[in-house]
Amino acid sequence: MTTTAPAPAVPAPAAASHLRFGGLLSSEWTKIRSVRSTAWTLILFIVITIGFTALFTWLTVANWNGPHAAARDVRVATDPVGFILGAGLGLGQLTLCVLGVLVMTTEYSTGVIRSSLLAVPRRLWMLSAKCTVFAALLLVVCEIVVFGSFFLGSAILHSHVAVSLSDHNVTRAVLGSGLYLTVLGLFSMAIGGIIRHTAGAVTTAIGVVFVLPILSGLLPNSWGAHVNGYLPEQAGTLIGQAHPTGSGNVLSAWEGFGVFCLWAAVLLAIAAYLLQKRDA
Amino acid sequence: MIEVRDLTKRYGEKLAVDHLSFTVEPGRVTGFLGPNGAGKSTTMRLILGLDYPESGTATINGQRYHDLARPLSTVGALLEAKSVHPGRSARNHLLFLAQTQGLPRTRVDEVLDLVGLRDVANQRAGSFSLGMGQRLGIAAALLGNPEVLLLDEPVNGLDPEGVLWIRNLMKQLASEGRTILVSSHLMNEMAVTADYLIVIGRGKLITESSTDEVIARSTDKSVRVRTPDAARLTKLITEAGGKVAPGGAPRPGDATANGADLLTVTGLDAARIGEIAASASIVLHELTPVASLEEAFLELTSGSLEFGQHGHAPVTAAEGSTR
Repeated sequence: MTTTAPAPAVPAPAAASHLRFGGLLSSEWTKIRSVRSTAWTLILFIVITIGFTALFTWLTVANWNGPHAAARDVRVATDPVGFILGAGLGLGQLTLCVLGVLVMTTEYSTGVIRSSLLAVPRRLWMLSAKCTVFAALLLVVCEIVVFGSFFLGSAILHSHVAVSLSDHNVTRAVLGSGLYLTVLGLFSMAIGGIIRHTAGAVTTAIGVVFVLPILSGLLPNSWGAHVNGYLPEQAGTLIGQAHPTGSGNVLSAWEGFGVFCLWAAVLLAIAAYLLQKRDA
Repeated sequence: MIEVRDLTKRYGEKLAVDHLSFTVEPGRVTGFLGPNGAGKSTTMRLILGLDYPESGTATINGQRYHDLARPLSTVGALLEAKSVHPGRSARNHLLFLAQTQGLPRTRVDEVLDLVGLRDVANQRAGSFSLGMGQRLGIAAALLGNPEVLLLDEPVNGLDPEGVLWIRNLMKQLASEGRTILVSSHLMNEMAVTADYLIVIGRGKLITESSTDEVIARSTDKSVRVRTPDAARLTKLITEAGGKVAPGGAPRPGDATANGADLLTVTGLDAARIGEIAASASIVLHELTPVASLEEAFLELTSGSLEFGQHGHAPVTAAEGSTR
């Protein structure tokens, strides 16, 4: 064997310097920025979130003395920041579920996962780098969007209800909403990693976020409240309310966010286990 | 050097690779030959750590793929299955791979030049033709300037120019002392490319030896005969127990092949055919024993074909003979 081989033209890689995590981060950043679906989904997220915030707050102001005003006014007045953020994010978060899923499933649908794992055979490294880059991207975009939504909404609402960042719990609610959306992205990404198929994973993510709360609402009273309170979306969005003490809330704002993070962590752990164990 | 020891892989009930062992030496092109479904791609995926074996080991320079410090600088692979995002440009595909290894951006341009994709580097890979896609795959394989290359069906769907390009590239890389394992179900392609052959069927090793030896061991040799009196000779050969097929396997550069004066004879050797012709005073223009790798291959793998063993000619033979 060695006798037949001329000296290799390629010198063996010098003294086994291992892959560096920084390189993996740049690599994942190149991946996520170089496909159109990322930009399109984020643009959709921004347009929907800011657009619906403006629309709902404007409609509320325009109908301030309308027929159903009394009940709504109480809600808006007690938790203006929760109202403003809830208006746009309720729908906008859907796009982040889709983006989170796509970040994982397109690796499988396009076969890029094979290129990725040939370059980084330590699969959990690859997953960690992907999570880190995606979370950092979402954190920046989501914080900008939630602060933008808040300022826009509070400006529209100003003539009837004044709310500012210095009010009790308001800064926490706005910052926290950005955190919630970031974790929601990772939550969806984990579902994408577990299911691997785009359609199935998007359906599951949206089902868990939007449909489960409706189903749990059908459970008998005390049951429903407790189950509902611990569901991912219900628990996670508590942080976006200045006074999450309304009827049926069994958790405080940070407890709720903690429960939501736990959901995401468990799903990511399952995704990591399956990535490590399954054939690519 | 690639060492495969007792490798076994099962997908559900189906045994895809069955206690397979072989060694791929540096400095030559090793052909990995087998009919469709023989387990070539699976074996490559096992070597590359994409799939996990049920038992056995596969090592590259003594290490499992998983343990390589800088995988792309040790091993380059071209997989048969798609592994490029169609919406990403060729440059960005290579860039993200280079970044994982800490390779400089300039290396991306170098390999783009090497495979001739520099001008279309910023186009989305989804717009590429099959041949350009293969070139992008080769560029990715060469990115880390690896000592070991695994190429799964690299000439599939390529035009003759592309086939020639890949063939010469592999030979050049082997002459530089690299280890090259190239899979194919096209025997004729392997005959002109590979120095050494590993032949598998149904996940099992059928034979491994030099390409010349595999051809030489082919027992069912045929003989090319060219004669102006084809009809009479055909009759005499058939009477003597031989089989005659009109026409014959075209030789490279032989413009008159498949002419009416050409016969392919099996079941009799060249000496016997010569005697028959001489005794009947038939003029022969050519009398050539032919043993193609394709025949050797079919003989070796008969009984181990995954598809097409019922009735019709095996798929692999049909594709091979059109080359």
